[in-house]
Amino acid sequence: MNYEPVIGLEVHVQLLTQSKLFCGCSTKFGEEPNKNTCPVCLGWPGSLPVLNEEALKLALKVGLALNCEISGRLKFDRKNYFYPDLPKAYQISQYDNPVNGKGWLEIEYKPNKAVILSPDAEASKMENPEAQGDSQKVQDDKKMITKKIGITRAHLEEDAGKLLHEGIAAASLVDYNRAGTPLLEIVSEPDLRSPEEAYAYLTSLKAILQYLEVSDCNMEEGSLRCDANVSIRKAGESKFGTKAEIKNMNSFKAVQKAIQYEIKRQTDLLESHERVIQETRLWNETKGQTFTMRSKEEAHDYRYFPEPDLVPFSISKETVEGIRKDLPELPVQRVDRFIKNYSLSDYDALVLVQDKQLANYFETAVAEKANPKLASNWIQSELLALVNSNKHTVETLPKFFPATYLAELLGLIENQTISGKIAKDVVAISYESGKSPGTVVKEKSLEQVTDTKLLESAADKIIAAHPKSVADFKAGKRQALGFLVGQLMKETQGKANPKLANEILVRKLS
Amino acid sequence: MTGSSIKAEKGNTPLHQLTFKEAIDYSKKEGNKTLFDALISRAESLNPRLNAFLRFNKSDSPPHPSPVTGPLAGVPISIKDNICIRGLETTCASKILAGHVPPYDATVIEKLKTAGATLFSQCNMDEFAFGSSNESSAFGPVKNPWDIERVPGGSSGGSAAAVAADMTYAALGSDTGGSIRQPAAFCGIVGLKPTYGRISRYGLIAFGSSFDQIGPLTKTVEDCAILMNILAGHDSRDSTSAPNPVPDYTKALTQQIKGLKIGLPKEYFVEGMDKEVEKSVRDAAEIFKKLGAEIKPVSLPHTEYSVAVYYIVAVAEASSNLGRFDGVEFGFRVPAKDLKEMYFETRSQGFGAEAKRRILLGTFVLSAGYYEAYYLKGQKVRTLIREDFTQAFKEVDLILSPTAPTPPFKIGEKSSDPLAMYLSDIFTIPVNLAGIPAMSLPCGFTKSGLPIGMQLMAKPFDEETIFRAGHAFEQETGYYKQKPKL
Ligand SMILES: [Zn+2]
Repeated sequence: MNYEPVIGLEVHVQLLTQSKLFCGCSTKFGEEPNKNTCPVCLGWPGSLPVLNEEALKLALKVGLALNCEISGRLKFDRKNYFYPDLPKAYQISQYDNPVNGKGWLEIEYKPNKAVILSPDAEASKMENPEAQGDSQKVQDDKKMITKKIGITRAHLEEDAGKLLHEGIAAASLVDYNRAGTPLLEIVSEPDLRSPEEAYAYLTSLKAILQYLEVSDCNMEEGSLRCDANVSIRKAGESKFGTKAEIKNMNSFKAVQKAIQYEIKRQTDLLESHERVIQETRLWNETKGQTFTMRSKEEAHDYRYFPEPDLVPFSISKETVEGIRKDLPELPVQRVDRFIKNYSLSDYDALVLVQDKQLANYFETAVAEKANPKLASNWIQSELLALVNSNKHTVETLPKFFPATYLAELLGLIENQTISGKIAKDVVAISYESGKSPGTVVKEKSLEQVTDTKLLESAADKIIAAHPKSVADFKAGKRQALGFLVGQLMKETQGKANPKLANEILVRKLS
Repeated sequence: MTGSSIKAEKGNTPLHQLTFKEAIDYSKKEGNKTLFDALISRAESLNPRLNAFLRFNKSDSPPHPSPVTGPLAGVPISIKDNICIRGLETTCASKILAGHVPPYDATVIEKLKTAGATLFSQCNMDEFAFGSSNESSAFGPVKNPWDIERVPGGSSGGSAAAVAADMTYAALGSDTGGSIRQPAAFCGIVGLKPTYGRISRYGLIAFGSSFDQIGPLTKTVEDCAILMNILAGHDSRDSTSAPNPVPDYTKALTQQIKGLKIGLPKEYFVEGMDKEVEKSVRDAAEIFKKLGAEIKPVSLPHTEYSVAVYYIVAVAEASSNLGRFDGVEFGFRVPAKDLKEMYFETRSQGFGAEAKRRILLGTFVLSAGYYEAYYLKGQKVRTLIREDFTQAFKEVDLILSPTAPTPPFKIGEKSSDPLAMYLSDIFTIPVNLAGIPAMSLPCGFTKSGLPIGMQLMAKPFDEETIFRAGHAFEQETGYYKQKPKL
């Protein structure tokens, strides 16, 4: 039997405001417990919330970037439940009137690799499938898949505190530093059909949030959290199956793995004629499995009702349009620009753009006169490999190998000072030592040997030393030339200009 | 004047009997120490009988050194125990908040301190302001100074009894469904519930957030206006507070009421209401007429739904507001083997019967499957009630009604019948549903000598017209001069 997974994601992102959603306390991460608190975020009796307008502005930015309907009517609701990390025993959230209503987001991915794509680039690809040109090489034989994913809503709410269980036996401590931090909950429609699509959605969403500078999207610090609603149904059926909500994933990879596991678990259940139960399940990263957290029967009745302490108010059209005008360049627009201005393939443009810092790095190198295509290739192959093998991040790449170095390196290749092969060694040394490629080349005397006289005398030496190969070549065995060129390269410690070495040998042997 | 004297120079009035205004004038000349001493000795002799104060400053020298400054000149004032005072225990008369010391001042406290008032005492009340008789206090009922077998009304019963018994010069209360006006009526004093949003709620421990307003309980209308000048105004810490400019309310006191249109709502004069109450309110209308006002019948057709709507919407808000009293952060906690048991035991032992009743009721009306039928419908009817007033105020400037359907009842008389108790707020609740201002002031006495109060309601933010009419009536009748025999 064939089953189709149906996946929806709920993403909570912490908005990058200076102060909390309803009080003036700092949102700084990593402070000593309960330092960033006041009567309001501690829920002290008599305290009242006042909305942080900066948080509202950031929320609207996201709504505009996700093509959401914005009604302009702002209303908050109380979500009531008891838990020690929730000081007021209710969370101020938005129930039936979210700041951002229905919207959408386009994802593009090729199986096993997720990237985003601008709608325009996609359109041109549809009209002219050949137009992708050399990007096909990079993409192997797998086709890119493009899909529009619906956004149900993106609403504002306050975060809870944190329970600390270490320290004293048989007791828990509460740290309310995080309580009241502004969150935006972005809920997708159940439009995702595979773990890869879920991954692509998250990558694409994260790129947008980072371009908007509304969140640092750090899953480990909890500034981005993701829950997944997963169900399966028989292929071709239109009714949804019973869903499970999966929590506790701390990376995009974990989300992908948890969904993968959950699809298999549910498929096994149906295959053995058992029922999927509606429940909340926790992902266990070490075990690679999900486990029951609570059943539907144990689910809370949150008793939502309008927050009487915050009167509903209207956001004017002018305010919204003002925010729209100030939106920065978004990933889709940047991809377009990279394709148009730098003649990159859409795949290359996507890979660069989906990481804002990588794209910035690329553009800095290009501004320093680097050849865009070469820069893109070098970034995606050599530089990312170095970043990964050193367990660094793209963020620190400029510290180890500034974009000016890349421009310099590509210049050295283009003016034939060094060969592409030597350039790889230069990058590695430069990355390690912090010295510029030019300095490395000079210090290690890695310049290509283009001195014809020098090469000719070396060629003579090689010809004299390998009479058998010379004879073979003269007898018509072309492979012998390769051996002789290799010997010449060895003789010059790899610095001979390969093209020149070839020419000289051929001339001398004929 | 020496410290041992407790008589004011003029007219030989005992110092504790001064109005707030007289006390300010006195203090500006003589300092506030003697005022303080007078109140302490009064409270020491009367509080054991009336239980109006939960705590009062027993130190015999005032906390502020003379000379005293500010418009309130160091005059002692009393605060209902649901308004947060930095560093002083504030309990809402509930066991669950016993020992709770707020780390901050309510906005009204800040304003009083800035104006130079001296906080003298904290007043008993119904637990979390849930009640109309002050019998639900975890620290014992308050007695009515006019008859200590009777209730002072509630929930600001301690504030009202203290003012009526001259144990303080003025007090703050809070009014969610009549909690300032009904005790003011029962104790024969003046009590104002301002327009919703007129006074900051920051630091008022919430009962029904969309109803609650802080307001003054005073001996005279003038005293009330003086306090309103200090208390009213926008507060950036309360999103529901109004930006409207604050007039000088004392200026309204000098105005005439000739030509003022006063409405009598027919729905407030119903079969079965107390005859003495009805008569004295109708007499009051005649007095207004005599003073030049025009009396007109008006209709508030949705009045009969008020109590039902109130006991849905206000308790819904209350059930949520009281969630935070769970033993984790503040006040009372019952140690237990796990979290769930700690919640259960803390809340079961910490809350009194009426608080539990309202939490359960509020939780029920917000529950899945009932929300639409109760809370949402309640909100719709609330809109209709608000609309009733909007319509009526197109024809009149003020609406006059009894404050409560009966004079003060006996302690224990209604405590076992919650519905009968809820109905004692039938005339005050619509005002909170609509968010309009209303004042209760004395309009006579029963044959047995119990005070009767009438209610003057006005358009939103038109407290001035209430002051104007109230002051004119008070000066004409002089009921405020009568004192309970204690
Ligand atoms: Zn805070």
